[in-house]
Amino acid sequence: MSSLFIILGVSIIISISFLLAFIWSVTNGQYDDHYTPSVRILFEDDDNKLNNEQISK
Amino acid sequence: MKEKYNCYHCGDLCIDNIIADGNHFCCNGCKHVYLLLSENGLCNYYQLNNTPGIKAKGKFTGERFAYLDDESVISKIVLFKSSNHINVTFSLPQIHCVSCIYLLEKLHLIESGIIQSRVDFQQKSIFISFNPQLISLRKVVELLSFIGYEPSISMLENSGAADKSTNKKQLIQIGVAGFCFSNIMMLSFPEYFSKGFIEQPGLQQTFSWIIFVLSIPVFLYSASSIFSNAINGLTQKKINIDVPISLAIFITFSRSYFEIFTHTGSGYLDSGTGIIFFMLIGRWFQNKSYDVLSFDRKYQSYFPLGITIKNNGIEENIPISKLAIDDFILVRNNDLIPADSILMEGVANIDYSFVNGENTLQKKNIGDLLYAGGKQFGTSILLKTIKVPSQSYITELWNNSIFNKNKETSESFIHPWSKYFTVVLLSIAFLATIYWQFTDSSKVLLVLTSVLIIACPCSLLLSATFTFGNMMRVIGKHHLFLKNATVIESLAKITHVVFDKTGTITTQEKSDIKYNGIPLSEIENDLIKLTASNSSHVLSRSLYHYLPLSPNNISTSIVEYSEEAGKGILAKTSDSVLRIGNSEFAVADLLNHAFKSAAVHVEINNNYKGYFDISHHYRDGLNKMVAQLNKKYVLHILSGDNDAEKQALENIFGNNTTIKFFVSPQGKLDYVKTLQQNGANVLMIGDGLNDAGALMQASVGIAVSENRANFSPASDAIIDGHALKMLPLFLKYARMGKVNISIGFAVSIIYNIIGISLAIQGKILPVIAAILMPISSITIVLIAFLTSIWSEKLLKISFSKS
Repeated sequence: MSSLFIILGVSIIISISFLLAFIWSVTNGQYDDHYTPSVRILFEDDDNKLNNEQISK
Repeated sequence: MKEKYNCYHCGDLCIDNIIADGNHFCCNGCKHVYLLLSENGLCNYYQLNNTPGIKAKGKFTGERFAYLDDESVISKIVLFKSSNHINVTFSLPQIHCVSCIYLLEKLHLIESGIIQSRVDFQQKSIFISFNPQLISLRKVVELLSFIGYEPSISMLENSGAADKSTNKKQLIQIGVAGFCFSNIMMLSFPEYFSKGFIEQPGLQQTFSWIIFVLSIPVFLYSASSIFSNAINGLTQKKINIDVPISLAIFITFSRSYFEIFTHTGSGYLDSGTGIIFFMLIGRWFQNKSYDVLSFDRKYQSYFPLGITIKNNGIEENIPISKLAIDDFILVRNNDLIPADSILMEGVANIDYSFVNGENTLQKKNIGDLLYAGGKQFGTSILLKTIKVPSQSYITELWNNSIFNKNKETSESFIHPWSKYFTVVLLSIAFLATIYWQFTDSSKVLLVLTSVLIIACPCSLLLSATFTFGNMMRVIGKHHLFLKNATVIESLAKITHVVFDKTGTITTQEKSDIKYNGIPLSEIENDLIKLTASNSSHVLSRSLYHYLPLSPNNISTSIVEYSEEAGKGILAKTSDSVLRIGNSEFAVADLLNHAFKSAAVHVEINNNYKGYFDISHHYRDGLNKMVAQLNKKYVLHILSGDNDAEKQALENIFGNNTTIKFFVSPQGKLDYVKTLQQNGANVLMIGDGLNDAGALMQASVGIAVSENRANFSPASDAIIDGHALKMLPLFLKYARMGKVNISIGFAVSIIYNIIGISLAIQGKILPVIAAILMPISSITIVLIAFLTSIWSEKLLKISFSKS
């Protein structure tokens, strides 16, 4: 039964990592625009510039 | 016989023969945009959608964006700036389809100075980063305008960023509460199933301590907004619903912490965090409103940001905030006059429809006073300002104190409930304490805290937030967009409805046109249509849409064309000369006829033919709407326009309606105020800047908008012009909302009675609280959802019947 203590700790750590992922995705703006990315992915990359010069915000 | 073509770019019917690469265009503007795109290999734009383009207006004046060269303007607009990199976000209300996204994200192919552009379709905005050494901000804006997406720039609307961050904070608070709640629930299960006793030594304590740690962020972070609301309420000496909720949360947490520290139990932290989680979701749901719409525009949003001043013969572009009295300003065709001023040079034809709802152009002479908010049609004029923009006639409205304070939201009817609730609850707790004091004094503290924990008014709150949130979305589906959910309650209380006339009960999209004069032949008809198609004037456009397309195609083409702004058009074909315009222009032997509505006169080959009488078109379904409203509400009409349509309005609205003409913007505000002082709850419906004061003053102000992208004055709600006929239904729906909430309240009170009756007997256990809490929350949410759907259905039935 003492393995429960370890499992408890592990489960908490895993779930905290999901919480952190959620917080990151909110602050990063992943939920800001639900539509445009789905369209954008369908455009053909007829230029390479966009890929090479991604601007970091 | 020629075939008919639609413009390859914008889809309008082509009249002239403008062809490029085998595609037809309606005007040269559209053709130029096409050529620009095809040069840069962006013709995919036309493949993704048929005729996606926005009609090029062909009125591209080089100086319009000159103010964007001013450093102080640039620094106000841009997000980030370095010597070779500028980031900027524009709002582009014209974005409407996939092609728009495609084109706008390929801007870097047209101008190499643009490094990257990204569209946010839902916000209808674009993020652009560019190299200022290669392309100026002004050039970027001009490029956007050229391809049809003119940004609506305002220096005030940066508040959107603040909304976004509070929204994010709210989401994180919900996320944290949800995480902690579900984990605490999970860790509490062993205890429920083992009836409160776990054999394994230390395991019980471990669970308790983890639960304790997990509950802290919920208590300190997630619930902080509830606490601060409660404190705000108390400092204003009001008991709002957050006060008893905060009390319940506080007692739940402190008793649970006490039990954990003294090893006497594991507390009620599962129910406590769960309640907070549900309440936060409810609030988020209720406040989820329409990001794209702006409900808080001030007059500054309407005015241009920059203006050309001409002092000592030197032209200079300055931001409007620097405009001073006695400056000489240059106002070009289609520009708004930024401040009250005197006409010094040029021919002024001012459209004041924005300011007072009048539809006809006013001609002004040199030395005349021009009011801010008027729009110049025709050649450039030189003005001398006599007031600064913020002190001008139209903007003085905003100096009225109602614009400085937040509108007094009538007290929500859940707040009085929470008062009664608190009083009843405290007296029950008090009586229970006295009873147990005499029976078993060891249980006093237990019973007292149990009562306060279990009888949380949160289900009252949940019922209100979810019902209003649902109703708001249902109403939004029918194109009435509310600023927030409390507007529903205010709508339910309305007794008087005040309408503006122009643009509110009349539509700008259609006009009623009547022709008076010598009958026109088919060729003459075609000729007029052809001529009108060349002009972008409002009246020309209405005329163009009104005239039928003759079965035989137009065989002539215009050889010579000139337009005198504010007067009329002269067009010559191979065999005839056509003049259409106002009475002065089409030289007519008129019998000094006074025209109250706008008239377009026609003269062909120096023979006066007659005139087109163009008057407002009342919205479809207006009669029915008025008939329905008249049964329950007192109606009023306030118009800034002349009384030409008095008779027509009286026919529609009947005798009980007060109809006033020539009402100034301040007059409208005062009228609404007087009604309110006589105890009325006023709903104001208007569309223009001239209604802004009244919209603000009224209990509920609804701005009518033909096109959601357009400016609408500050208001509590925005309605689509076409949805206005459904107004009686919206009001009825709002009244039904109260019934819906009461149903939810009734159910939550039943739960409370069950809970309290257990609590005063001292029988409440964490496991019962943990079962009762989610069940009550979920049923309340379900009830809120079902009642709002159900009442919408009822309304739909009554709508199709009537």
